[in-house]
Amino acid sequence: MSPAIIYSIAGAALFAVGAYGLLVRQHLLHKVIASNFLGSGVFLVLIGLGRRSDGPSSDPVPQAMVLTGIVVTVALTALALALIKRYYSATGLTTMEPPEPEEGAR
Amino acid sequence: MSLALHLPALLVVVPLAAAAVAFVVGPRAASWIALVTGALTAALAAAMAWLAVTTGPVSYAIGGWGAPLGINLIADGTAAVFLVLVGVVGLAVTVFATGYFRPATADDPGPGHGMFWTLWLFMWASLNALFLTGDVFNVYVCLELVGLSAVALVTISEGAEPLRAGMRYMFASIFGAMTYLLGVALLYGAAGRLDMRQLAESLDHSVAAQTGLALMIAALLLKTALVPLHFWLPSAHAAAPAPVSAVLSALVVKGSFFVVLRLLLDVMPPGYLGDARVLLGVLGGAAIVWGSLQALFQQRLKLMVAYSTVAQVGYLFIIFPLAAAGGTVLPTALLGTLVHATSHGLAKAAMFLAAGMALKRYGHDRIADLAGAARRTPVLAATFALAGVTMMGLPPSGGFAAKWLLVGASLEAGQWWWALVVVVGGLLAAAYMFRVLAHFIADPGDRPGPVGNLKPLRTEWVPLGLAACASLLLFAVPLLTRLVESGTAMVGAGVIP
Repeated sequence: MSPAIIYSIAGAALFAVGAYGLLVRQHLLHKVIASNFLGSGVFLVLIGLGRRSDGPSSDPVPQAMVLTGIVVTVALTALALALIKRYYSATGLTTMEPPEPEEGAR
Repeated sequence: MSLALHLPALLVVVPLAAAAVAFVVGPRAASWIALVTGALTAALAAAMAWLAVTTGPVSYAIGGWGAPLGINLIADGTAAVFLVLVGVVGLAVTVFATGYFRPATADDPGPGHGMFWTLWLFMWASLNALFLTGDVFNVYVCLELVGLSAVALVTISEGAEPLRAGMRYMFASIFGAMTYLLGVALLYGAAGRLDMRQLAESLDHSVAAQTGLALMIAALLLKTALVPLHFWLPSAHAAAPAPVSAVLSALVVKGSFFVVLRLLLDVMPPGYLGDARVLLGVLGGAAIVWGSLQALFQQRLKLMVAYSTVAQVGYLFIIFPLAAAGGTVLPTALLGTLVHATSHGLAKAAMFLAAGMALKRYGHDRIADLAGAARRTPVLAATFALAGVTMMGLPPSGGFAAKWLLVGASLEAGQWWWALVVVVGGLLAAAYMFRVLAHFIADPGDRPGPVGNLKPLRTEWVPLGLAACASLLLFAVPLLTRLVESGTAMVGAGVIP
């Protein structure tokens, strides 16, 4: 197996873990970490594909994409954490829905 | 004139720079900056449309670096339609917001409202960039910028509910963006290109390219809130303050739809991913029926308007199963889709602004308790009635023109079932609009009336003006036709530096 394939499969696996966490986990911090997993998975796939060509140097375009993606992900994570902090101080909750049904905040 | 050559870049740079300035100055100065920038950006969008009609599609290499190394901006007739829509709705919302977020009122100047101007100008810049971009990776960046500013805008209101809705929106947005990027990675691995025009030339039928494009489109459907991926939309659009709801429903969902349109019509050859195109049409039809039925049973006005967006988004996807048919089907369907996007953008912005005013004046937005609104707040009720005209598709509204064109295209393609969906959707829209209007003209009984004074008047007249534009949009169809006929930028675009 070439390194490119290993990277891509590992990236896809990370993406799957992240997708599972984002959809299934209830705790908001878990969701944020899961979305970082999603990002890391995609970045690994991109890096792997950059190594695909057998030339002496790897393709720089995927690396530029990964750098841009990291910047965006950092900004998103900061926004997510800020929102969760505000949400926690407003409601005392760490999950999207209150643990008990009803509690008519509507 | 040399400045005209840089129009595509100015459309992004002007609101972006203004956003940065608005962040530094106080809220009051920021509102003035937003007004001036809004007028300027709307004028730039109009100039862009004029340029697209007179000289044909424009391609602009940012910083003089063309593809494949740099990023191209592409402004063709289709993009110009959306740019002008953003300009008109954006300017109207800005004027409305100066009245809505008045710092003078005693209970209003929440800490977040000063941020509205910065975030809104950021969003305007990112929307313009999204409609102009000719590069699939740049689409990802623009989608994230729109998503970030949208989430922040949803949560500028106080309280737990906007925060909860904003976070649901944010996680859906992240999931969509990352799935889109994974698709880009696969597509780049297969085709080795990111520029849309180069992709259109070098696209093959490899599994990686098809999977990549399918992932990208699926992610964009989540962002466009096409049924069944609409779960995040009603709460987010209903929980946001009125100007934000208007922008989200009228413009933001159109942004991701526009990319779907670009990918399926311009980048892919006709018939590429053929089954997926039919599926998009089926989901669109399902969205029309399901969203309308949900809207019919909502108890609260803003949620009703939000579910109406879920329904109206469906019409945009009827074009895809029709696109492969020959003859004049595609131009007719494209024109119908663009007219629908425009009229829905105007009417939905009007409805959300009016619903926000109802919430502010009456202190609630329970439809049943808004009885007598036609007498107590006549302009507000008239706005709903006028916007309803285009939702139902009565002439001379844009909704009528759009439905007429889509029905015509379906019949010409020999696929009458889409025409049926369009007509049924109009009837269902009539049902949910008349239900609200029936409450508005009912006897109020002893229900409490509106509180607060009418001022500033622009908070009433701006939505009415938007709704009036939507209901007269039939007369703008010749203009839109010229824009569509000016050609797509993917083949033979005139290149500027």
